[in-house]
Amino acid sequence: MKIAIPVDEKTLESNVCAFFGRTPYFLIYDIETKESIFLDNGAVASTGGAGIKAAQTIVDHNVSVLLTPRCGENAAAVLKAAEIKIYKTTSPSVKDNIEAFTVGKLPLLDEIHAGFHKRGGR
Amino acid sequence: MRTAVLSGKGGTGKTLLAVNLAAVAKTATYIDCDVEEPNGHLFFKPEDVQEEEVVVKIPQVDKERCNGCRKCVEFCNFNALAYAKELIAFEEICHSCGGCVMVCPEKALTEKERVIGKIQKGTAGHVRIYTGILNTGEPSGVPIIKKLLAEENPEANKRVFIDCPPGSACIVMESIKDADYCILVAEPTLFGVHNLNMVYELVQLLKRPFGVVLNKCLEGENPAKEFCLERNIKILGRIPFDQELGRLNSNARIAAGESEEYAALFADILEAVRREVRHETVADS
Repeated sequence: MKIAIPVDEKTLESNVCAFFGRTPYFLIYDIETKESIFLDNGAVASTGGAGIKAAQTIVDHNVSVLLTPRCGENAAAVLKAAEIKIYKTTSPSVKDNIEAFTVGKLPLLDEIHAGFHKRGGR
Repeated sequence: MRTAVLSGKGGTGKTLLAVNLAAVAKTATYIDCDVEEPNGHLFFKPEDVQEEEVVVKIPQVDKERCNGCRKCVEFCNFNALAYAKELIAFEEICHSCGGCVMVCPEKALTEKERVIGKIQKGTAGHVRIYTGILNTGEPSGVPIIKKLLAEENPEANKRVFIDCPPGSACIVMESIKDADYCILVAEPTLFGVHNLNMVYELVQLLKRPFGVVLNKCLEGENPAKEFCLERNIKILGRIPFDQELGRLNSNARIAAGESEEYAALFADILEAVRREVRHETVADS
C-alpha cells in the first residue's frame, strides 16, 4: 500500500509540510516494500486551485492513503472521488507519522477547512 | 465621453464625486461598477428599474462521453478540473475561458450558465443609473463590469460617469479600460497618499489621461497635494472637509442638489475635467 505525505525536504528525515496544496514536495512511501520516492509539487506556483492540482498528483500515483496536517475542501473532494483516505499527522517528523500510521495510531482527518481563498465548498 | 472615478482605498469619496458630477452634468449616465457594494443608487433613487441577471459559462461534464483522456485537466490554467475515476469540475475556480470545451476530443464538455449577479437600469430625472450587483461569495465581479460597460447606451454622446471599485486590481482595470479620462480621488493623509500612488501607477500603466481631486481638505499640510505637486499631476479641484457636506452625503442626499454652493463646487470640477479632456484631444491630434 502506498501512502503520500507533503514534506519540506526530499529526505525521510524531513518534517511534514504544514500545507498540502502548496507543499514543495510529496513523499510517496510504500508500506510493504519500504520504497520511497519524492515528487516535486507542480501545484506550488499555481495562481489558484493549488489543492486540486496537488490532489490530482496524489491520485495519479495510485496512492491509497494521504497523511497531512490539513486539507482543503476542493482537494478533499478530488481525493474522496479516488477513494483515498486522509489521516491527520500528529507530530512534525515524517518517520514518526509513518510509524504511527502503520500501528494504527493516526486519526482520520475530519476537519476539512474551506480553503485559504474561501472558494471551497459548494 | 467616459469619465472614471477611482481611488486606492474605500471611503475616499468616489461615490460622492461620481454622483455629484452626474447630477451637475446636464444629462448623464452614472454607472456603478463598485459591484461588491454598489450604493450610488441610494442617492439617485432611480425609477422604472429594469433588472437583468449576469451569467458566466462553466463546463458541464457528460460522464458517458468522457473517456478520461484529461486533455481538459492539463489545459486548465486555473486547476478547475480534476480527474479521479471521473471528471470533476470546480465551478467557482473556473474563469469561463471555454478552453476545456474546445480541447475535448470526445465532446464530453458543454457549457452551462451560472448566475453570479445582476445589473439594474433605471432613471432619475436627467440621469440614467446603471448598477452592477455581485452575489455574495462570488470570486470575481469582472463579468458584471464587462456587461455594464457594454450596455447599449442611446445617450452615448452624453456624459458617462463610472464609479469604480476601490483598489487597483483586475476589477478596477476592467472599469477604466475604455475610459476617456480618470479622476483619482485622494485623502489628505499618509494612507491616502499610499493608496493614491497605487491608482497613479495603474492609470499610467493603462495610459489613461488623469487628474486628481483632493477630498476632505483641511487648512494646513496636505500630503496628497504635496504628492501631486512633486509629480506635476493635474489637480482638478478640492472638496473641503465640511460637516454639512458629510451630513448630506451620509443621508444619501445629492449635495449638488441641495445648495448653490455645492452645485458650484462640483460644476467647477466638471469644468476642469472638460478642459483637460479638450486639452488631451488637442494634444493627441
